[in-house]
Amino acid sequence: MTLVIQDLVKSFDQPGGGKLTVLDIPRFEIGESEQVALIGQSGGGKTTLLHLIAGLLTPDSGSIRVAGTELTRLSEQGRDRFRASAVGYVFQTFNLLPAFTALENVRLGMTFGHGRHDPVRAKELLGRVGLADRANYRPAQLSVGQQQRVAIARALAGKPKLLLADEPTANVDPVSAESVLDLILDSCRDEGIALLMVTHSMEIADKFARVDRLDEINRAFSGTAASS
Amino acid sequence: MSLLQIAWRNFCHRSLSSALTTFSLALGVALVVLVLSIFGIISEAFSSNAQVGYNLVVGPKGSALQLTLNSVYYLSQPIENLPYTEYMEFFDAEQRAEMVARYGGDPALGKEDGKYAAFVTGGYAIPLALGDYFGEFRVVGTTPDFFEKLRHGPDLDRPFDFEDGRAFHEYSDENQFFEAVLGSRVAKHNQLSVGDEFFPTHGDPEGKGHGQGFRVVGIMEPTGTPNDRAAFVNLEGFYLLENHAKPLVGDEVIQPPTESVSGDSGIQPLSIPQREVTSILVRNGSPFMAIPMENMVNESLRAQAAAPVGEISRLMDAIVGPLMQALLIITLITCVVAAVGILVAIYNSMNDRRRDIAVMRALGARRETVTMVILGESLLIAIIGGLLGWFLAHAAIWAYSGRIEDQTGVQVGILTTSAYEIYILPLVLSLALLAGFLPAASAYRTDVGSNLAA
Repeated sequence: MTLVIQDLVKSFDQPGGGKLTVLDIPRFEIGESEQVALIGQSGGGKTTLLHLIAGLLTPDSGSIRVAGTELTRLSEQGRDRFRASAVGYVFQTFNLLPAFTALENVRLGMTFGHGRHDPVRAKELLGRVGLADRANYRPAQLSVGQQQRVAIARALAGKPKLLLADEPTANVDPVSAESVLDLILDSCRDEGIALLMVTHSMEIADKFARVDRLDEINRAFSGTAASS
Repeated sequence: MSLLQIAWRNFCHRSLSSALTTFSLALGVALVVLVLSIFGIISEAFSSNAQVGYNLVVGPKGSALQLTLNSVYYLSQPIENLPYTEYMEFFDAEQRAEMVARYGGDPALGKEDGKYAAFVTGGYAIPLALGDYFGEFRVVGTTPDFFEKLRHGPDLDRPFDFEDGRAFHEYSDENQFFEAVLGSRVAKHNQLSVGDEFFPTHGDPEGKGHGQGFRVVGIMEPTGTPNDRAAFVNLEGFYLLENHAKPLVGDEVIQPPTESVSGDSGIQPLSIPQREVTSILVRNGSPFMAIPMENMVNESLRAQAAAPVGEISRLMDAIVGPLMQALLIITLITCVVAAVGILVAIYNSMNDRRRDIAVMRALGARRETVTMVILGESLLIAIIGGLLGWFLAHAAIWAYSGRIEDQTGVQVGILTTSAYEIYILPLVLSLALLAGFLPAASAYRTDVGSNLAA
């Protein structure tokens, strides 16, 4: 299994005191190279779940195991190393760094791992997403569809075991959305990367062999977990 | 990509803000370097000019600094004059008797050695008579010994060379006692050359002109000493100018001269009782003689001896040093203000950059990594600003090097540095690190989850 979540609970402090539990997931798994669409409403905890799997947040309790690594036992530095080496992340708003060219943004995806600077791969990835001729363009000089393609190349740069995609087509036009989606699916398939894409669109979900609903796996959403 | 490359990209991305911040730091550094360089130039000018071969200046009682300033640097006003007999104290009986024979005076003066004669055996004593001007420049009455015996340069081994002409003679058939040698700046400023004549004025630059002129027989090469700014005239001619003879009170013993020093001209030099000197440049025969002689002169009723190097050192310590320290502190504060500018510029940009930092964290960058990127940016501003400031300052000094050399005699090149400049870059880097610390800490604390847009 690439991802195994067991008895995961995550809550946040409330402004008026007390805690709001947003995630309470008894079990959730993704197999090697498996592609999963996770459907959920806005505010349903989709992004929080991705942040937990990426090690950007820590759970209150439970276990998250990615590619054999138990995240909850890692220090913050350990999670940083893990993220740099095992996880790719595609954001809804692309989050390209404006100071860097398209190629440099892709290279950033492999900068923070250990000994994996591979400029040839960075160029190959840009070529794969159809932007070989835009390597020296800044994000502001690219269309939104092109920016998302660069973001996908960046997420793949570190040869992750798991790609997390947070509504990656939400901010691109319908034509671009389809090609972006195909690009993610094809790239993950080609590289043997497991994919977890959260979305609220059934059209997107229809492209996946496996579609899970967050409200079905999350007891906090279904009200079975108590808010305290 | 290295962290420095990432920092450089961020620096370039905010090019206007980065350039303005860097430039303000460069100006601060340039000011510090300029102040240090000016201090170095002043120190070198004073100390090198204070060493022209002689080790003591003897003059009337009063301020030792004033004596040094007017006799070595030709600045300030002369204190008073000493009788010529005070000058004769530096010579043995035979030389004193010869002076009496040449100029006329009390024969008793030639019967015994001067009281300081033993201290200058193997050295020299050269008289100066000040008080007249040629335009803004001082007229210095002295003897041909001035050009023969004084040396200048870092090793005190360079004689006064002449760009044109020669040193004046005590007497010449063509110009009698009225020959002059001009320092390089005096000749250049007044566009005079050998063969020209000039007329000194009495007492101050706007004073009454003497009716007697001096013929220029030599133009000195630049020496980098105050002598470049002086017009040297033959002491005998100086004495013969109107109002330069000390009035006789009537009880003086004056034996008429027995030797003629004026050829067939019939011009009679002043007698010894009519002569005065403003100061005497003394080089002791042995360095060990300097302090005993200085003490002996200072214990006398009329004269004082001053060591120019010591006086200038005291002047630097007492006035110039503190003044330069104050300037240095002000310019260092400018640097601190510039460093605060770095802090403000980077800190203000942090709001725009939190998402970038969060993205880098999401890509696997550690907290320490993003902190180092921010500090790297601060260091880049410091390095570029520091080097730019250093270069600007030295370019400015180099651009004015000709003028500086004219004014002070100090030669400065674009790479002439002061000893303290080596501390500037580390200081600026330290300030920049301090300035970058706050925004870097902010970067360290950046919360990834809340700054990553979904």
